[in-house]
Amino acid sequence: MKLIYLDNNATTPVLPEVFEAMQPYFMEKYGNASSMYPLAAESHRAMEKAREQVAGLIGAAHADEIIFTSCATESDNTAIFSAVRSFPQKKHIITSAVEHPAIMHPYQYLETQGYKVDYIGVDAQGRFNMEQYKAALDDNTALVSVMWANSETGTLFPIPEIAALAKAHGALFHTDAVQVIGKMPLDVKSLPIDMLSLSGHKFNAPKGVGALYVKRATRFTGYLMGGHQERTRRGGTENVPYIVALGKAAELAQKRASGSALSKMAALRDRLQEGLLKAIPDSKLNGDPEHRVPNTVNISFGYVEGEAILMHLNEYGICASSGSACTSGSLEPSHVLRAMGVDFKFAHGSVRFSLSESTTQEEVDKVLEVLPGIIENLRKISPFSRFAK
Amino acid sequence: MWDYTDKVMDHFRHPRNVGAVENADATGQVGSLVCGDALKLTLKINKETEVIEDAKFETFGCASAIASSSVLTEMIKGKTLSDAAKITNQDIADELGSLPAEKMHCSVMGMEALEAAVQSYRQGGKPVVFEQEAEKIVCHCFNVSEEAIIKAIRTNHLTSVEEVTFYTKAGGACGKCKGEIQKILDKVNSCAVPATEQNADKKFADLTIVEKIKRLEQVLEEDVRPQLNMDGGSVELVDVNGLNVKVRLVGMCSGCLAADATLKGFIERVLKEKIDPAITVEKA
Repeated sequence: MKLIYLDNNATTPVLPEVFEAMQPYFMEKYGNASSMYPLAAESHRAMEKAREQVAGLIGAAHADEIIFTSCATESDNTAIFSAVRSFPQKKHIITSAVEHPAIMHPYQYLETQGYKVDYIGVDAQGRFNMEQYKAALDDNTALVSVMWANSETGTLFPIPEIAALAKAHGALFHTDAVQVIGKMPLDVKSLPIDMLSLSGHKFNAPKGVGALYVKRATRFTGYLMGGHQERTRRGGTENVPYIVALGKAAELAQKRASGSALSKMAALRDRLQEGLLKAIPDSKLNGDPEHRVPNTVNISFGYVEGEAILMHLNEYGICASSGSACTSGSLEPSHVLRAMGVDFKFAHGSVRFSLSESTTQEEVDKVLEVLPGIIENLRKISPFSRFAK
Repeated sequence: MWDYTDKVMDHFRHPRNVGAVENADATGQVGSLVCGDALKLTLKINKETEVIEDAKFETFGCASAIASSSVLTEMIKGKTLSDAAKITNQDIADELGSLPAEKMHCSVMGMEALEAAVQSYRQGGKPVVFEQEAEKIVCHCFNVSEEAIIKAIRTNHLTSVEEVTFYTKAGGACGKCKGEIQKILDKVNSCAVPATEQNADKKFADLTIVEKIKRLEQVLEEDVRPQLNMDGGSVELVDVNGLNVKVRLVGMCSGCLAADATLKGFIERVLKEKIDPAITVEKA
């Protein structure tokens, strides 16, 4: 059975060019980038090239603004703890109610340590509540961290505006940009963004490598304390092969983000969305249809449970994900959908499809062919089906 | 990705006995749209023999919830009501091969629906919704009672808060009740079978000295000390002689003007009530 992979917001395959680029750094060019001989210099040069490539991807003014990390979770944690340690007298921090756990959990931890935390809400379409945000900001705010695009719904937040307001109050601004990389052109040097997190495996680098952008002159305190690596900003021997892979993937993603492939992907996404909403009664779109990354669509099907839907999709080789409680270790439906006030009859039955440039119309049509029947069958055994249309 | 057994996947893909029995003699329901899973079980029961002649289900939930419901209907068909009522959540999970730990609450849901159905039959067939006793709710997010948590701990030999969450969902949302769940675990696991059950038919006077001390300590810990603690005091057990119990008041209670009232009016009254009306309490 041919796999139909529509879960690119969860992870992506490593591209052949990326794999080729990293391979020599395992068995031939294995030098420690910090050592003093040509073998090491080779590792060092490869790493600095990757730094240029990642800087290019996000439009950073200087390559030295990129710190390599092990994942976006590390980048997010580093950014948050750096901000609060750099401004110890400020005891207020802001984020949104729909962040990734890598932001949510450090914020909740800081709340237990006496920080005042504001979690800015969203409306029914997942749009950032700008009025609540403006009211929450004050000169005691150490950090504002708001994601650029939501991983579950693809909704884009107005980051330039949110960042500018933070800076006007003297707060640091960080964004978790994991879900926008390669999906739109970025230019951080022209924006008041102090820090930005990204994750390699969301754009065809392997799992286990990420980066944190820290704009020059931003106060910074490291998170992993150790050696002098990354100019003492991140201890630990650099993961040279993965960093090389991240660089190569960044170069490829930068090309994609400004090419025509994105509009083709958006057209297929729209075809999937319209087809499903039309064919399946009691279904609704989650997220902002206008401000959204081009690859993501999240739809809720009333009176059925998401994991059961995914299990049936598996039988056709279709990979997607759900905000249902049952698909995670947690027992609650997605905090993102709940923050949007999505009714419980819909909250448990959400399915997210996230496309890539290589998604074909044939694949999308296969979903349109099988999903209506799956939902119908699950509704037949649901005690709530009598409420459905 | 959960590691579901072939049998779970088989019952999920091809659920048996879907729907509702016509003119059901018993209807048991559990769960809701809010909780994320729900099960409605309907039974046809032979009035003479009390044998379950037919069983059908409707389930809203994940693959393991559907599989647990489906396999349950197969397990109870042909059984008498009283035999069916003995089925535990572990029996349901065993019948399916196994369930991932995180999914054990699906099997608990099956057991609860069955419990509600049995009650429904006893009440003349009126549908019964499985309910937790409102006054003892521990987890308010998922409406789980202390009783349900204790039952899950005992039946499945649970030792951690995480396991209690997997089996009952309690603590799985806001997490505020996790401390309370830990206390319940400590209590249940420190005396796996409470003295009340173990020695229910034995008179206090007939117990060995160790049994007496255990029994007294349990009542003091559960029913007496929490009250005294609120006033900044506590009580120590000093000696037991026949039906006479000697205690020492400590903390704020020791110098309290109401110490005598506490001793006779409260501690003695509780011990008489919980253990034996012949018990007397005095100051050591």
